[in-house]
Amino acid sequence: MKVSFRWLKEYVHTTLPPQEIAEALTMAGLEVEAGQGLGEHWEGVRVARVTGVAPHPNADRLRLATVELSGESHTVVCGAPNLSVGQKVAFAQIGARLIDGHTGQTVTLKQAKIRGVTSAGMVCSEKELGLGESHEGILELSPEAPVGAPLADYMGDTPLEVEITPNRPDCLSVLGVAREVAAITGEPIRPPALDYSEEGPPVRELASVEIADPDLCPRYCATIIQGITLGPSPRWLQERLISYGMRPINSIVDVTNYVMVEMGQPLHAFDYRTLLESKIIVRRARHGENITSLDGQKRSLNPDMLVIADAHRAVAVAGVMGGLDTEVTEGTTDILLEAANFAYASLRNTASTLKMRTEASMRFERGLSPELVPPNIKRATQLIQQVAGGRVAKGIIDVYPGMADAGAIVLEMTEIPRLLGMEIDRAEVLRVLKALGFECREDSPERLLVRPPYWRSDVRLPADVVEEVARIVGYDRLPTTVLSGRLPHRQPDTKFRLKERVRDSLSGTGLQEAITYPLVSADWLETVHCPLGLRLANPVSREQEYLRTSLRPGLLAALATNQKSGADAVRLFEVGRAYLPWEDGLPLERDTAAAVLWNGNGEALWTGRQAGADFYEAKGLVATLLYRLGTSSVDFIPSQEPFLHPSWQAAVTVGGRVVGVIGQVHPKAADVLEVTGPAFFVEIYLDAVAAESGRTVTYQHLSRFPVAIRDLALVVVEEVSARQITDILSSSPLVTEVTLFDLYRGRPIPAGHKSLAFRMRFQSPKRTLTDTEVDRAQQQLVELLGRELGAVLRSA
Amino acid sequence: MELQELKAQALAGLEQTADLEGLEAWRVRFLGRKGPLSQFLRSISSLPLEERRLQGESANRVKSSLQDAWQSRRESLRLAQVSTSQSGADISLPGRPMPLGRLHPITQTFRDICAAFQSLGFEVVEGPEVEWDYYNFEALNIPPGHAARDMFSTFWVDYTDDKGGHPMLLRTHTSPMQVRVMEKTEPPVRVVVPGQVFRYEATDATHEAVFHQVEGLAVDENITLADLKGTLYEVARLLFGEDRKARFRCTYFPFVEPGVDMAIDCAMCRGEGCRVCSGTGWLEILGAGMVHPNVLSRVGYDTQRYTGFAFGLGVERIAMLRHGIDDIRLFFQNDLRFLRQFR
Ligand SMILES: [Zn+2]
Repeated sequence: MKVSFRWLKEYVHTTLPPQEIAEALTMAGLEVEAGQGLGEHWEGVRVARVTGVAPHPNADRLRLATVELSGESHTVVCGAPNLSVGQKVAFAQIGARLIDGHTGQTVTLKQAKIRGVTSAGMVCSEKELGLGESHEGILELSPEAPVGAPLADYMGDTPLEVEITPNRPDCLSVLGVAREVAAITGEPIRPPALDYSEEGPPVRELASVEIADPDLCPRYCATIIQGITLGPSPRWLQERLISYGMRPINSIVDVTNYVMVEMGQPLHAFDYRTLLESKIIVRRARHGENITSLDGQKRSLNPDMLVIADAHRAVAVAGVMGGLDTEVTEGTTDILLEAANFAYASLRNTASTLKMRTEASMRFERGLSPELVPPNIKRATQLIQQVAGGRVAKGIIDVYPGMADAGAIVLEMTEIPRLLGMEIDRAEVLRVLKALGFECREDSPERLLVRPPYWRSDVRLPADVVEEVARIVGYDRLPTTVLSGRLPHRQPDTKFRLKERVRDSLSGTGLQEAITYPLVSADWLETVHCPLGLRLANPVSREQEYLRTSLRPGLLAALATNQKSGADAVRLFEVGRAYLPWEDGLPLERDTAAAVLWNGNGEALWTGRQAGADFYEAKGLVATLLYRLGTSSVDFIPSQEPFLHPSWQAAVTVGGRVVGVIGQVHPKAADVLEVTGPAFFVEIYLDAVAAESGRTVTYQHLSRFPVAIRDLALVVVEEVSARQITDILSSSPLVTEVTLFDLYRGRPIPAGHKSLAFRMRFQSPKRTLTDTEVDRAQQQLVELLGRELGAVLRSA
Repeated sequence: MELQELKAQALAGLEQTADLEGLEAWRVRFLGRKGPLSQFLRSISSLPLEERRLQGESANRVKSSLQDAWQSRRESLRLAQVSTSQSGADISLPGRPMPLGRLHPITQTFRDICAAFQSLGFEVVEGPEVEWDYYNFEALNIPPGHAARDMFSTFWVDYTDDKGGHPMLLRTHTSPMQVRVMEKTEPPVRVVVPGQVFRYEATDATHEAVFHQVEGLAVDENITLADLKGTLYEVARLLFGEDRKARFRCTYFPFVEPGVDMAIDCAMCRGEGCRVCSGTGWLEILGAGMVHPNVLSRVGYDTQRYTGFAFGLGVERIAMLRHGIDDIRLFFQNDLRFLRQFR
């Protein structure tokens, strides 16, 4: 909200500059920024009266103006066409700083001789003062402008941009912000006048008000003013509305807007004569009921919405916008002025359903106090009488079904140190609360009975009162202390720790961590053969419509992005959640570790080209990861995952349970996601791994006896897997480790065959093995391999 | 041959050896199985016992002195070899790269923040990102229709309950975990909750619809706003360094009372005011406050006995401030040219 500092100072005296006020308000909870001040540079510019205009002796288009200010009289050369005797003008003396009307630069006014006549200063245009674009004519000030006063005092201003938190609707008004200033500076508040004369008939004889749905309308007040003269509102009022950013319309509408900005309560004026049977009925809208709102739009209403109706039809959407039929327009002479309080939740719903968030609805939505209604309607009535004349009917119609006495808040004095960790002495507490408009009764030395002022709907609990005291005293005064007291029982989040270990392991193996978007498109999920899962009711776009059920699309897109930006190798991993719908409740958020590997043409290094990423890199990555996590019995078994290449894929199992899948991304999916070249994907479901990981390691004795190492090259048909051979080789009790160290195809190995070379380590925990024993064990293994797999020793 | 003569000849020969190969040839010649000493020892086997003993002893003395000489010659030849400059030793060639992986800057920031709080006795826990309206709003003192809901533009899940309502949403903050933790635990409570959160918002350089927060909660007897200030100032010192100033000011969040906004002085302008801090000299880094009595009593805590504080930090904001990052969208783009900068 934009608040004119000049307007604000009408309710509270302060000599502090606007920047300091802004800073103090900000610290106390109202975020305020002081804008560019108007008139900050008007040094040497004062209000003057034109006492004479004479022709210039040497120029037809120039005139000589005599201006008078505080007894002095000056003659200036002036070219403006709109100069006349009796006008109040802004007069700049020699030395004043002004904006040059032609160049826009700031210049210092120097004494000048214009066509032979010395000019003692200058009568300013809007542009020269930085007030506007016009520099054709001089700025004409209002007749009330005090002659001799510095112009900055008369009309300088600084806009305060105030950010109002939802709890402080009272500060959506100039008076509200002024009250904060008063509380902070200790100055008294000067509220606006509310008195007016009532010369009309009793208001109850003119109209009736009925609240049919008191749950949605706790209070409704009305006054009637007859015989008004509708016209434009006076200049000062228009200027203030403009300072707030509102467009002046006519004196009545302007007054309702003015009072809303001044004191915070939205009001509405009906043309009294258009209200059928002079009745106001506050009720829920009927099924199929319509209203044409002030902006000319026809709106369909429903029974969740509250309307103001006359005897036959809705005439306003309560608290949101008035209707066209009962609008105050040319020819309106009698008005019914409404000030009411509406239930915020329903009103908020209505405003958002009708897409009409107005200045009024914005205030109501924050829960205004019903106690604001009487002073505001009085103020508006008083101003209408002032600016539009008319006779005010006697009395105010006040229907208040929602009246409730909240009672006083009991503030135990110990509550202050209990919450704040510092003592504030009783006298200071009383002073602060009083400055904020609270009534305090000193019940006993240990406690206060506190009643918040009528405009505060947000203070209900002792903690609220403590905050009021603390924010005015200033959080600066709070000491800094450390938590003492008991340490909680620690219950480590094992899932979180597992994820952190996965991150450490994968980054430790050379992969870069990525964090990809959890919201994806249906297309993407379908491309990677994942179910759609949860859809958003209000997605930002089709591209971000679904919660991902897999990390696949995001990581592949990240790969594609990097391929496009010229990366020659990409190894990315992510530890994140997949959101899987779960019966009739919150989804299962499955922690998943995924990685994508792509190595272009292989990284070129001076020590030799590095192999491109392949299936075995993916496999090695998973094996290393699972080993790090402390799982045992990891295995890779054939799988049928349509997202992956049919030959190059495997399911990962731990203890016989599938915990993930690895393989080459299916070229079709790769194409859709704009990934080029073979990419390899790894996906591990961490919840499945969790149970198997993190076991405490039990130490194995170290054998004191020597190891015998034997290498063995075997030729087998292609169909025999390396795994089948290692299983047999490991079956000997003397073999402690089998490692494949070579795979060879081609001459002299016959077609359809391959040669595999293994290194075996023979060792006993109990004794030194003899060569003969090792030879015999190896011989037995070779025979077994021959029998089972048709393997033959490769001749050297 | 006379033993002494043999010894002199051998030592002279040893002097002549130029490298380890020559030395080995020398060893085979003088100390090998077919060498003169071995032959000499074999030849005395027919001599009488006393004679054999005397001859044997002197031969062994010669042998052991030759062995010592060989040993020291070998040492010096090896050293000479190592210290000679070798052609082809270009130390400027790049080292063979070790696999170097890095954590995402958000993870790094998460870890720094969590570590700071862990050092103050906070435990790290996580919670669900898809939440019920109840935990995200109602239990946090934000009833349906409350204007404070405007502070949290919400993504709603396309899910309808029996009453036709839409109670499932993407959490707009990590604060629902305050309620979930308190529901399960009796005081004392001291937790931090890192996590992903969502806001229904158009994306630009300073706004993302998905971002990260760290929530904190401490509840016990005698916990005060001054404790909150002390705790957060200490963490700011750990995260931003010794010489940064921090500021506590009043603000409003529905689930705390009193409410706090904490800022640190702008590093760009040292508090003078600049574009980064919109001229204020301060950068807001977190919201906090004393847990609202309504929140405490809803989970069944005795508000007369217990007080607590809570806070929520924006992780992206802190990462951006620490690293001078000017576009929040970079965090989700996963461009290696960006990610690789964070070692
Ligand atoms: Zn700055």
